Formats: sequence, structure tokens, C-alpha cells
Amino acid sequence: MITRFLLSNMDKRGYAFLAIVAAIGLLVPLANLLMPAGSPLHVSTATMSLWGKYLCYALLAISLDLVWGYCGILSLGHGAFFALGGYAMGMYLMRQIGSRGVYGNPVLPDFMVFLNWQELPWYWYGFSSFPFAMLMVLAVPGLLAFVFGWFAFRSRVTGVYLSIITQALTYALLLAFFRNDMGFGGNNGLTDFKDILGFNVQAQGTRAALFAMTCVMLISGFLIARGIVTSKLGKVVIAIRDAESRTRFLGYRVDRFKLFVFTVSACMAGVAGALYVPQVGIINPSEFAPANSIETVIWVAVGGRGSLVGAALGAVVVNWAKTVFTSGFMAPYWLFALGALFVFVTLFMPKGILGTAQGWWESRKRPAPVPAPEPAPAE
Amino acid sequence: MPFLFSFLRLLAVVMALLAVPTIALAQAAEDAFTRLGADSFSDTARAIDILVQSAHPNAAVVIEALADGRLLAGGGAVAVKTKEGGFLDARTGQALTAAPAGLNAVRLNNNVRRVIQGALGGLGLINPDPGKRVAAAEAVFRARDVSVLPVLEAAIAKETDNRARRALREAQAAILIAKTDAPPFDRIAAVDVLRERGDQDALATLRALPGDASPGLKEAQARAIAEIEGKLALWRAGQNLWYGLSLGSVLLLAAIGLAITFGVMGVINMAHGEMVMLGAYTTFIVQEVIRARFPGLFDWSLAIAIPAAFIVAGAVGVAIERGVIRFLYGRPLETLLATWGISLILQQAVRTAFGPTNREVGAPAFMSGAFELGGLAITWNRLWIIVFAALVFAALLAILKLTPMGLQMRAVTQNRRMASAMGIRTGRIDALTFGLGSGVAGLAGVALSQIDNVSPNLGQSYIIDSFMVVVFGGVGNLWGTLISAMSLGVANKLLEPYAGAVLGKIALLVFIILFIQKRPRGLFALKGRAVEA
Repeated sequence: MITRFLLSNMDKRGYAFLAIVAAIGLLVPLANLLMPAGSPLHVSTATMSLWGKYLCYALLAISLDLVWGYCGILSLGHGAFFALGGYAMGMYLMRQIGSRGVYGNPVLPDFMVFLNWQELPWYWYGFSSFPFAMLMVLAVPGLLAFVFGWFAFRSRVTGVYLSIITQALTYALLLAFFRNDMGFGGNNGLTDFKDILGFNVQAQGTRAALFAMTCVMLISGFLIARGIVTSKLGKVVIAIRDAESRTRFLGYRVDRFKLFVFTVSACMAGVAGALYVPQVGIINPSEFAPANSIETVIWVAVGGRGSLVGAALGAVVVNWAKTVFTSGFMAPYWLFALGALFVFVTLFMPKGILGTAQGWWESRKRPAPVPAPEPAPAE
Repeated sequence: MPFLFSFLRLLAVVMALLAVPTIALAQAAEDAFTRLGADSFSDTARAIDILVQSAHPNAAVVIEALADGRLLAGGGAVAVKTKEGGFLDARTGQALTAAPAGLNAVRLNNNVRRVIQGALGGLGLINPDPGKRVAAAEAVFRARDVSVLPVLEAAIAKETDNRARRALREAQAAILIAKTDAPPFDRIAAVDVLRERGDQDALATLRALPGDASPGLKEAQARAIAEIEGKLALWRAGQNLWYGLSLGSVLLLAAIGLAITFGVMGVINMAHGEMVMLGAYTTFIVQEVIRARFPGLFDWSLAIAIPAAFIVAGAVGVAIERGVIRFLYGRPLETLLATWGISLILQQAVRTAFGPTNREVGAPAFMSGAFELGGLAITWNRLWIIVFAALVFAALLAILKLTPMGLQMRAVTQNRRMASAMGIRTGRIDALTFGLGSGVAGLAGVALSQIDNVSPNLGQSYIIDSFMVVVFGGVGNLWGTLISAMSLGVANKLLEPYAGAVLGKIALLVFIILFIQKRPRGLFALKGRAVEA
């Protein structure tokens, strides 16, 4: 039944996406582990980690698309949920260091010893256990989103106002995590990780496993999001996006639908962050920067708002372009390119790469298309 | 016996001040020079006291030389090496033809330096210039050197200038407080004098009351400290209020343009911060040109930069509106993204053109420096920025209320379609509004160039604060923006001493997030059908 829920209404594009991600998740780690370093089929560990990062971003983009593309909530604070998930994972990894830190303290992480802390703060309790930490990866962003959404959606804060206060939320968290007193490593964040579940984080095998895990989570995230948007609940959510007041007048409790989608999305972003941290090796407060969250929005916009595959595609494409750009002689011009991308996509490709390509494909199949009524603009 | 001794010293000083040379004094001075030759710290300190009290004609020269390490002594001879490199006999003041042999510089330690400070103060107490006397009294106040007391008392007796007399009395009080053998009554009176002075220095002096004090004195001290602390706390609150108003006026300048564009067009312009930055860079360019070509006009540079910044930022604003935003009407979220892209481009353009480092923008003479108003330290640049913000606000209010363009802008804000039906060219109004809002941001840039670093990131650091001001104040109401900016600024600065700068800011952000839940359209929401759209 769950399978039916997840796979119902799956279109060709969805299957193609699943197949590609599954193939990447299987073949890339194998190519990394089994192929000799000289072979043309070999994938270096660095490349694999890089693509692992892109796939984490893809999951983040899917989570954002779920709220923005399908529910019309432009969250400029999704980076906060991502970073909170990352911090939860980082705290687990910090506790795994044990006495191998620079100061050799068996309980306290290095930065706490450095700050002369005597004992572990209460909110660090339990993070030495992996299941607890994974629970927190879901619970912390989910709870924050639930509380925030509870207030915001009930009082009908919408449109740019909502965007601005989500931005204020991530900005406040940025400031808070920069403080040493918070007990999250301040400016430097959490780093110097050693083990995850007893395996060395740096080891090739662990990297490959993390990559495969990222693909699994990306597929799960996609299926869940897909399941939500194609269900009856999803129809209401889309109705909210297109005409919120009308949906309310039809008797739906708009705030509850929004709250559900927002919370699920935040949990998904948290998972993306948790996968991101061990592959990148550090989590610091700059992940909370409002600019990061806005960049996530542009990934979704580039790929195609309102299309889950598009969001994932946009995240990978934009980040790949960023890597190519910023590593070459074009580095100083990356911000020009990114800025131009924002303007170009909003002006000329409101449906993103995927939507535009689809429109073009359909118009070729049917020479005289009947112009579909534009959906009312989301607020 | 100590009383007799101090009486004799007082007598000696009074006579010295009357310039009656006596054999006793001459002998005392001779004693001082002998002690200087001994080159032990305690003898040196004692010698300084004697020199001051003996009013030796060379006392000032000798003590100054000692302070600079230019006093040489050895074998009974004492010589001063002048700043020009010549030598004087310390006793007679006559020039020596050759550098005296076998003399070493008299050494100093911190105690001696303190005594020197006091002594130089004591010498200044009888300066004919009242300003110098006040300065000398302040020096004595800090040094609290007991040996200056007789000079001080004599100076007080002679003093005619009120300000100088007060300063002298305060210096005397500071010494008496520290002097354990002074009459208790005098010391309690001294506590009163310090209480009236009532500043941080007085507080420190009172706190330094030696432990032997009588109960009555201790009680007076405790009362005085409490009173001064209360007074200082009040001044501090006043100072924080001032900082808050100053921050509020900066926020007002940064946010008011945003409020206009948001009010009329329903668009949050993410590139607004970059308009501020462009204004600041325009100021920089104007100043560079003035420095290079017309250095005499430097004090007018800001006055010239104001219209220039308005035009530059306004023109860029109109270009953005015509080039991008007008294609995105009715899609506020997309507009937000597009303007964010524009802000990235503008930042990078400025970074490419001017480099990523801070640019120096000078302050004209009338904006530098500070003055004190009671216990408030007020810097001129902050004061002028408040004045400037008030002027800009008044001008915008006048434009909105008194001009035909303002009338049309308000009409479009209230009901775009109805305004259009009445023949208002809404597209033109949108462009002009955007230009006006951006131009005002440019003006903010001129002001901010005086208090902040002019760098490509200048705008970024204000944009979120500006949003908060606009969202808090409500849309389409300039008074709302004013109240919002001022209350956020003041609240921020009043929270800072208790919560710290960062926590205070976080608290405000959380407050605004919660506030929006209660009043989703800000403090002063527009009423009417249009806002429900």
C-alpha cells in the first residue's frame, strides 16, 4: 500500500529520475572502490564527495520546491533547517572524537576545553548515540518549522512578509550560532571529525557508503515529496498555492495543510544537512547566512519550480556551474553569472529548465497549442 | 609633629609664592640638588617635592628635564641637557660651555614619574592662564600627590576664576581623601566636593578611600558613591538613548526608500542595499575629484555629493525598474529574486571597479570631533546624520503630501486599478517611485559613508535591518517607518548593555517575528480593499 502511495501517478520523468539516481548511487561508489586509480572508469574520492555534496543540495532543493513550488510559501530560511540538521549530525560526530581531540578530553569537544567549559551542556546529552542524533536531525528542524509555521500560518502571514520573517529567522540563528556562549563552536563551528558509526570519516569506503546513502535519501525524499503532491492532500496544497482565499472559503483549514508541508519539508532539509556534514567535513554558522537560503531558491527556480525533478536538476546544474566557474580564471565573474541567472530565469524562464523544455517539446508535438490558462500568481 | 611640619611647609610655600627669597629656602633647594645627585628613587622623589616647595627659579626646567631623562647628576654637580643638545647648570640656569664629564642621567621609576606628574601639576597651578590652571588641577587630581597640597591650598586662596577654583577644590578634595592624617571634617567635606563633581574619576577617587576611614567618613563615602552611581547610570541611559536615536536615524535613512517602493509597488527590492552602497561610492568619487582638482572645496564635498548620489542611485533605480521589474508585475516573489540577482551583479561590479577593500571617505571639518553636553558625549557626525535624516524625512513627506506626483503615488498605493482608471499612468508612477526610493537610498549612502566602511558589502549589512523596519512599521505610511526605525534603534541600544550586542539583536529579530504574527501588516497598516488583494 505504501508502495502504491509512493509510486502512484509516477510519470516517465519520475521513473527516469529514480533510475538515474539509483544508477549513480550504485555505480559511482563501485567505480570509486573497484576501479584502479589509472582506469578511465575510476571516480576519484574527491569527485565523489563533490557530487555527494551536489546531491545533498538536490535534496534540499526538493524540500524547498515542496513548499514553494507546490504550496506557494517562499521560504528564505530553508538554509536554517539544512544547517540545523547539519549541526545535529556534527554534534554526533564531535562526540565520536572522544579523547582523540587536541586536548585529549574524553567528554568535552576541543572548543569547549579551549573556552574553559567544565562540563557538557545539557543539550549535548545523548548525541553520542547515533539513533538519538538521527532523531534530532529530523526533530530539531521539524520542531522549529512546526512552531514557526504554527504561529505564521495561523495568523495568515503570507507573501513577501513571510519570506522576510523566514529570512529574519535564519539571520537570527546565524547571529546566535556565531556566539561562543551557545556551545556550538562559535565562528569555527564543528570540525575535525574522526568516526561515523565506528568507521573513519576520511576513509574511501566510508565516503563511498555516504555517497550511496545520499542517493538513497534523495530517492526517499523524492518519493515522499512526490507522494504528498500527487495525493488528495497534494491537490489541496496546490489549490492553496493558486488561490489561498478560495481554498479557505471552500472549507479547508489552509493553515494545517501549510503547516504539514512546511514541517515535512524542514525535516527533509535537515536530513540533507546531516548528509552534507560528514562529506564536507565541517559545519559552521555561515551555513545560516541568508544568502545561502536565497541561493537555494534560485536552484529551484532554474530547474523548474513546481517540478521535483526540476528542483533536483537545478541544484546540481547550478552548483556544478559554480564549481567550474569558481575554480578557473572566470572566478571573479561568478557573482555576475549568478546574478544574471537570477534575473534571466525570473524574466525569461519562469518554469525553469524542465518546464521550458517540456513546453517546447509539447508545442512541437502539437503544432497549434491551445494556450493553457495561466495559474493565478502565487502571492 | 606632622601638623607642625605641614604648617612649616605651608608657610614656606606661601613665602615662596610671595617670591620672598630666604636663606632657608635656598638651603632647601641646595638639599634637593644634593639628593638628585644621590640617584636613589626615594631621594629623587623627595627632591622633586622640595624643588616645588622652594619655588626655585629653575624648578620647572629641572623637573621637566628629569621627566624626559635629560637631567644629569654626579659628584655633586647637576646639569640639564637642553632639548637642543646644550647643557645648563641646574642650580644657576647658566649655560655650560662643555658637556660636563662623569655625569649620568638620573633614573626614574613609576613612583618617581607619578611624583613628577604631581609636581608639574603643582607648578602649573600658579600659571597666569586660567585654562592652564584647570589643566594643572586635573593633573593633580589624577596624581593625588600629597606634597602638592600646600601649593594647592595657597593657589585656592588666591584663585579668582570660578572654573579654576572648582577644579582646584576638586584636586584638593582628591588629595584629602587619600590623606589619612588630614582632619576628618575636611575629608568629609572633600567627599562632598567629589560628590558634586560626580563623574567617573570622582567615583574612582572615592572608591580609593583608604581603609582606616572613620565610620562617619565611610558613610559619607557610601552615600556619595551611591549618588554618583545613580547619576552616572542616568547619564548612561541618556547616552544609550542618544546612540539609539542615532542608530534609528541611520535605519530610517536606509529603510525609508524601501518603504516607499514597497508601499507603492508591493515589491521588496533586494537591491536596495546596493543603492545605499552606490551612494557611498558616489561620495567617495566626489571627494576624490575634489581632492585632486579643487582642494579648497573639501568642506563642501558632502553637500556636492548629496545631489550626485541621489541622481546616480535614482538613475540606476529607474533603469532597474524599466529593465527588469516592470516585466514582473503581480509576481512579488519573482521580483524579490530578480532584484537579489541585480544586487549580486551591482556588488560584483563595484568590487571589480574599486576593489574589495574599504575606501576612505573623509569627514569635513564640521563633521569631525565631539562635544559634551552634561554627561553626554555627542559626536558631530552623528548629530548631523540625525539632522540629515530628519530633513530627508520632511522632504519626502512634503513630496508625498504636497506635489501632484505624491498624490498620484498615494493613489496607486491605495488602489492601483482604480488609479489607472482615473487616468494615472501607473507605469510612469512606478518608475518615478522606484527612482525616488533608490535616490533616497543613495542619500543614505552619503550619510553612511561617514560612519561605516565604504566597501562593496556596505549594503548587505543594512538590508535585513531595513526590511525589519519596513515590515515592523507597516506599508505605505512614512510615519510608521519613522516610528519603527526610531523604536528599533532605541530598543537595540537600550538592550545592548544588558544582553550584549548580538543577543540584543537576536531578541529584536525574534520580537519582530512574533509581532508580525499579531499584526501581519505592521504597526500602521493601510486600511482598505487594495491591501487585501
